[in-house]
Amino acid sequence: MKKHNKYNTEVTGAEALILSLLDENVNDIFGYPGGAIMPIYDALYDYMDQLNHYLVRHEQGAIHAAQGYSRVSGRPGVVFATSGPGATNLITGIADAQIDSTPLVCITGQVASHLLGTDAFQETDVVGISMPVTKWNIQVTKAEEIAPAIAKAFYIATTGRPGPVLVDITKDAQFGKTNYEYKKCESIRSYFPHPKINVDEIKKAAELINNAKRPFILCGHGVLLSSAERQLLAFAEKADIPVASTLLGLSAFPPQHPLYVGYLGMHGNYGPNLMTNKCDVLIAIGMRFDDRVTSNVSKYAKQAKVIHFEIDPSEINKIIPADIAILGDAKEALDLLLPEIKTQKRKEWLQGFDECNKIEYEKVIKNAVDPESEKLRMAEVIDKFHKISQGNAIVVTDVGQHQMITSRYYKFNEPNHLVTSGGLGTMGFGLPAAIGAKVAKPNEDVVAVLGDGGFQMTIQELGTIMQSNIAVKILVLNNNFLGMVRQWQQLFFDRRYSFTEMKNPDFIAIAKGYGITGKKITKRKDLQEAIFEMLESKDAFILEVVVENEDNVFPMVATGASVSEITLE
Amino acid sequence: MNTTYTISIFTEDRIGLLNRITIIFTRQHINIQSITASESEVKGIYRYTIVVTITKEMVEKLVKQIDKQIEVLKAFYHVNEEIISREIALFKISSEALNQNELFTKVVNENYAKIVSVSADYIVVEKTGDENEILSLFNSLEKFGMLEYARSGKVAITKPMKTLTTFLKEIENNSKTNIKHFNK
Repeated sequence: MKKHNKYNTEVTGAEALILSLLDENVNDIFGYPGGAIMPIYDALYDYMDQLNHYLVRHEQGAIHAAQGYSRVSGRPGVVFATSGPGATNLITGIADAQIDSTPLVCITGQVASHLLGTDAFQETDVVGISMPVTKWNIQVTKAEEIAPAIAKAFYIATTGRPGPVLVDITKDAQFGKTNYEYKKCESIRSYFPHPKINVDEIKKAAELINNAKRPFILCGHGVLLSSAERQLLAFAEKADIPVASTLLGLSAFPPQHPLYVGYLGMHGNYGPNLMTNKCDVLIAIGMRFDDRVTSNVSKYAKQAKVIHFEIDPSEINKIIPADIAILGDAKEALDLLLPEIKTQKRKEWLQGFDECNKIEYEKVIKNAVDPESEKLRMAEVIDKFHKISQGNAIVVTDVGQHQMITSRYYKFNEPNHLVTSGGLGTMGFGLPAAIGAKVAKPNEDVVAVLGDGGFQMTIQELGTIMQSNIAVKILVLNNNFLGMVRQWQQLFFDRRYSFTEMKNPDFIAIAKGYGITGKKITKRKDLQEAIFEMLESKDAFILEVVVENEDNVFPMVATGASVSEITLE
Repeated sequence: MNTTYTISIFTEDRIGLLNRITIIFTRQHINIQSITASESEVKGIYRYTIVVTITKEMVEKLVKQIDKQIEVLKAFYHVNEEIISREIALFKISSEALNQNELFTKVVNENYAKIVSVSADYIVVEKTGDENEILSLFNSLEKFGMLEYARSGKVAITKPMKTLTTFLKEIENNSKTNIKHFNK
């Protein structure tokens, strides 16, 4: 294949793009060709030995795959799409990546620059459309602008609070000639992604923590994004502080650790929700007080002093006012904090969490993982899957009841092992995100846990699995309902099940059509063996488990309630 | 409590950036009362002046969101006491006003306005001042036969602020060393 003496040679804009990606050490691209991006695909043809391109079945599949790729690898996901519908099909995933701080570089083809604004074939103002959901975006109309735009794109996507960026390249820019030269972007004068941590604030925070009786750590996605897991563990252990995790923070703190007290939020654990309103110092690290965590903010941790570690200044005081705000990278901040922290023991305070856990176990968990019902319950499936995989799988979920059940019952041994759509709650995310995760981590078990609803939103990506031989495992919890909405209809809409019942196809037959082996089970006695079979399969495998139709996820903090009003049944 | 704030935003010269900024207002359902944009005293750096009437809490969050945009150098907000601001208005008055020439000239002079164009059908009066001064002149001129009226957005100079060039040097040093914070 092509070996380019790439510097000081005249190349097309399209080739300059490919060379720029190589200079950014990109290995994998998820995409879908079309008219306005054809020159780029043509240039890619010469570099197939250096860049792996995964042909998806819908652009939404490409963007979610790139998200999954990024979330497990920490590297930016790269997406190609054509103009117009190709570009608009990316928007949901871009919005998802923006709200969940996922670095992506999206390259879209655009009509030739002389056609811009003329309603040309497949012309859409994708820069305008993606503006509210990108960290940064740009339209490039000249070949020589491509390499600098890509350099900026990678720098912006991956620094500070990461996020998606989009580079829209007109067809004439792709065809145009330029001398290729690549300079990595190392700074932008109007952008300060790496705040210097204020040591005085660290001292104040340490003093507050050292004098606290009932401190409580909330661990968010920022801990994973800054690779601060060890720092967090050292801090929590030294000061003997219980740690709870947000949905996106899961897998940052070892779940079997005595200081780990569970998962926060609407369907989180009993203890951490209740204790939020009993602690005296709330230490939020890399989290943004999402409403699914706080519920009613006017009744949220009013008794506590709040210390907020955060890299994005606009998150500070956005929802919960911080008594002490530490602006900066979580890892650096915790490194500075640790020497200021006194070694302590807080037996009594921790006991409170243990008691809550016992209550939750008795009232919720026991029956969920070992039910008396005839039909299988979602929690026992996930619990079994956790035990058999020993907590080592990379688990990718879709959105809904199965997602909450997975977050509650799968205990992740390693960081970045849960990939889920948190902020946006995008149904259809799971399957393509799992494809991306498997591409990034081919040697790990990647299991997509899906509901019957979300699976069908991007079911066409089974084609991507087939074409590129991606050994993703698919675990479908089928309750023949849009379960989470049905649960709300049951609890808050007088059991009026308005359009939540699903008539589902034969999933196993569909998978078979794509050459994917599968199995459907309905009985408890078959569960263990089926999970083994799924995990042991060398190729992609689908396991459909038919579960209780009207199972509910508990505990639950109802909308408008306080976190301490969490209900167990 | 709602207060009128003048937001000054210094930006790079980039297509679409104004759109990116106004989206932040739209998203939070905040109406822009007036907006002006022009190049600042430093070549290539643009200054937007946007007026809104919202709570202090809202303006603080809004300005942080604006500041977060990659190509925004810095955004500030100020209350009226902290700025010197002006608007310009043009009034097209029917030339019948000249039938009451003495009274008309008196109104123009007393309001520190000036006549910038006279033709057979109309007279154009220009007034620079704050919103109230302009509205007051509007009321006085209306009886002479108002044919057209156009008012600019507010332009503002802040009283307590570093010069843009010092400020630019600071942020340029900061972005090189990759350090975020500087004090305004």
